[in-house]
Amino acid sequence: MNNGPLDGVIITEFTSAWAGPYATLLLAFLGAQVIKVESQKRLDHSRKLSFSTGKIFKGEDRSSVFNNLNLNKHGVRLNLSKPKAIEIAKKLVSKSDAVMENMRPGVMQRLGLGYEALYQVKPDIIYLSSSACGQKGPDNKYVGYAPTFASLGGASFITGYEDWPPSNFTGSIDLRSGATAASAILAALLYHQQTGEGQYIDMASQETIAVLIGEILLDYVMNNKIRMRKGNRDDFMAPHNCYKCCGDDKWISIAVATDSEWHSLCRVMEKPELAECDKFSDVFSRFKNQKEIDEIIGNWTINYDYYELTEKLQKEHVAATPSLSSKGLFNDPHINSRNVYDQVEHPFIGKDWVLTPPWKFSDTPAKIRRHAPLFGEHNEFIFCGLLDMTKDEIKELEKEQVIY
Amino acid sequence: MQNKNVKKSKTLGGIKVIEYCQMVSGPFCGKQLADMGATVIKIEPPDLGDAARKIGPFPEDIPNAEKSGLFIYLNSNKFGITLDLCKPEGVKIFKKLVMEADILIEDRSPGDMEKKGIDYKELKTINPRLIHASITNFGNSGHYKDYKAYQLNIAHVSGQGYLLPMPSPHLDRPPVKPGGNISDYDSGLVGFLAVLAALYRMRISGKGQFIDLSRQEALMSMQRVESVTYANDNFIVSRKGRIRPMPGGIMQCKDGHVVSIAPQEHQWEALMKLMGNPEWSKKDWCRDLQTRAENAQELTKLISAWMKNHTKEEIFRKGQALSCPISPLQTTEDVMNSRQLNETGFFVETDHPKAGKLKMPFVPYRFSKTPCKLERSAPLLGEHNKKVFCDDLGYNGKELVKLRQSGII
Repeated sequence: MNNGPLDGVIITEFTSAWAGPYATLLLAFLGAQVIKVESQKRLDHSRKLSFSTGKIFKGEDRSSVFNNLNLNKHGVRLNLSKPKAIEIAKKLVSKSDAVMENMRPGVMQRLGLGYEALYQVKPDIIYLSSSACGQKGPDNKYVGYAPTFASLGGASFITGYEDWPPSNFTGSIDLRSGATAASAILAALLYHQQTGEGQYIDMASQETIAVLIGEILLDYVMNNKIRMRKGNRDDFMAPHNCYKCCGDDKWISIAVATDSEWHSLCRVMEKPELAECDKFSDVFSRFKNQKEIDEIIGNWTINYDYYELTEKLQKEHVAATPSLSSKGLFNDPHINSRNVYDQVEHPFIGKDWVLTPPWKFSDTPAKIRRHAPLFGEHNEFIFCGLLDMTKDEIKELEKEQVIY
Repeated sequence: MQNKNVKKSKTLGGIKVIEYCQMVSGPFCGKQLADMGATVIKIEPPDLGDAARKIGPFPEDIPNAEKSGLFIYLNSNKFGITLDLCKPEGVKIFKKLVMEADILIEDRSPGDMEKKGIDYKELKTINPRLIHASITNFGNSGHYKDYKAYQLNIAHVSGQGYLLPMPSPHLDRPPVKPGGNISDYDSGLVGFLAVLAALYRMRISGKGQFIDLSRQEALMSMQRVESVTYANDNFIVSRKGRIRPMPGGIMQCKDGHVVSIAPQEHQWEALMKLMGNPEWSKKDWCRDLQTRAENAQELTKLISAWMKNHTKEEIFRKGQALSCPISPLQTTEDVMNSRQLNETGFFVETDHPKAGKLKMPFVPYRFSKTPCKLERSAPLLGEHNKKVFCDDLGYNGKELVKLRQSGII
């Protein structure tokens, strides 16, 4: 019993990198038991390398990236190129409610772990495949990572400065795909709860991104208009930008929607004459003359600390916030009062900072219960405990490089 | 009997949702529920409606509250009613709706629901099974609880902006928010997960609960890895670009841009093969990830020079045929015309009574047993007042007229 909303649900995952592991991490936060299947043959690269800091980790058990994306899970090692490992994987599935995989389309079928095969083992299994472009269609075999999902989904092209190439994205694209996968599995679990039936879900990462720009796609449908990049700018609001403050790469975001917000901003800037100025007197004129406004505000913010200004502006009900880096977030008083960061004790890394689950439930909290599994940490716990194998069998299978 | 059939064909059939939200985050949460078959009743303020109705795109750029592309996209498959929750009679009707509901999603400022007498403490006494999701900018507690913020501000205070654009040419240019309304959608996605999980639990325990969802935290959760680099490694990831550069990234080609990423050896070999294995690729500097990282800038220049002579379509097709993770930077036009997206059923056509027929993106997953379906176009303002107030709640025609005249609906 862990009192999470999904307490009692068992999920087996055959995923690696960021998107797949994040999907099941969310479900593990919610109380599901997640069994991660890995092997030396197909080592998850996030055990070896951090794409965000460039750090290379020694061994398999020192990656804080892997820890952050695989908390609460159980980990077993199975070399899926061996028939015996496939049999064991099937036994795991027979005990599971849901399966998730993010291999290239066709690979799971070739391994004998496709939906049809697992349906034979457990007819009510929920099975989600996450891939770059989907399991069907002319591009189904196409490969990709977050940058290609973002570009195919249309998000990259509309992000960035007007006068500069489109923007790449970091891991957030993977995590958006992962969160979407988790929601689809959850919905299927709800359907199973009522009908006892499982099903197959084909999810395409490029589509998980494209749905986030639906109205921008409709601008093309309605008006043949191709949306370009526009930095921080809005369609109506002005000022609506980020302004440099004093200090190293410190910026404040300020957005003004109404006349009264504009007047407040002028007051805080101690430039009451601007509030009277015809050039900026209404939404349209402010929008038209926003370049000039940006310059005025930028010349003012540069002399101040971004927190000091935020507080001053908020006091007058002007929407303003600092643009926070990982350092800014970590030290932010509000973030801290909401317990967004937590430290997890890891046997090799030591105390490792991670983010807590992004929701606060009043009755059945989502929780961090343990560090990510060491490589093969739960071989015995799962194979003996869940599948009734003996320790001798495990030893034998290790020798045969089935458990590998 | 019929009810059972509904449940059989829809993932979330039979689930009743009240959505008291505007703009993007809450409505996107409700949209996902509706597209999976839940019955979502959207409450809009009389006369004004959801603020999204004022935001485009509009056909021919002519503003019209019944033709907003943003509203139509986010509210298809929902039922729409008008109700003034600033009036006691409106609150009374709201409570009747909540009594029958499984889920309430609202995006009011902290304290506002309490002021109206419809906070969770009150609502759970009339419906203990209710799941009440509150979406606010900074959550229902803490220093910034009452801070004012628009999407721009949340995008920046969550750390999303600080990492964009990637890379930025000079650090004296500001960080930017993700394009469009992506940040607001993030909150809707994170909230969707929470209500589904709470519903799963409610069906077992019979107990509902309150979910406090902060947009700041929802957006931050998407940078789960980048957000801890300072705490763990004293390292700040910024829009300067990757610390361990790989040759490639976003590059200009003949007719636009492409993006290439090749962290694995066979992928790098595929990229070189695409380019006809140039002489420079056989030299020592291309030996492994390490040497390529050391020479990333020079190598990217050489790759870019080749890309400039080829079209994005050619690079995409030929590259992918070699298993090279490479793709064009698709414009909205490219996305709408993508052969893959068109052939796999990503788009649906809505037939909207005012805006006409529109091709729209739909859902990113195909459920084998309970496929999502577009069943109705986005509601006109108050379109389902009669259905909900008369058919569901039992008001008669006379009473409905009275409610309308007194401005309650």
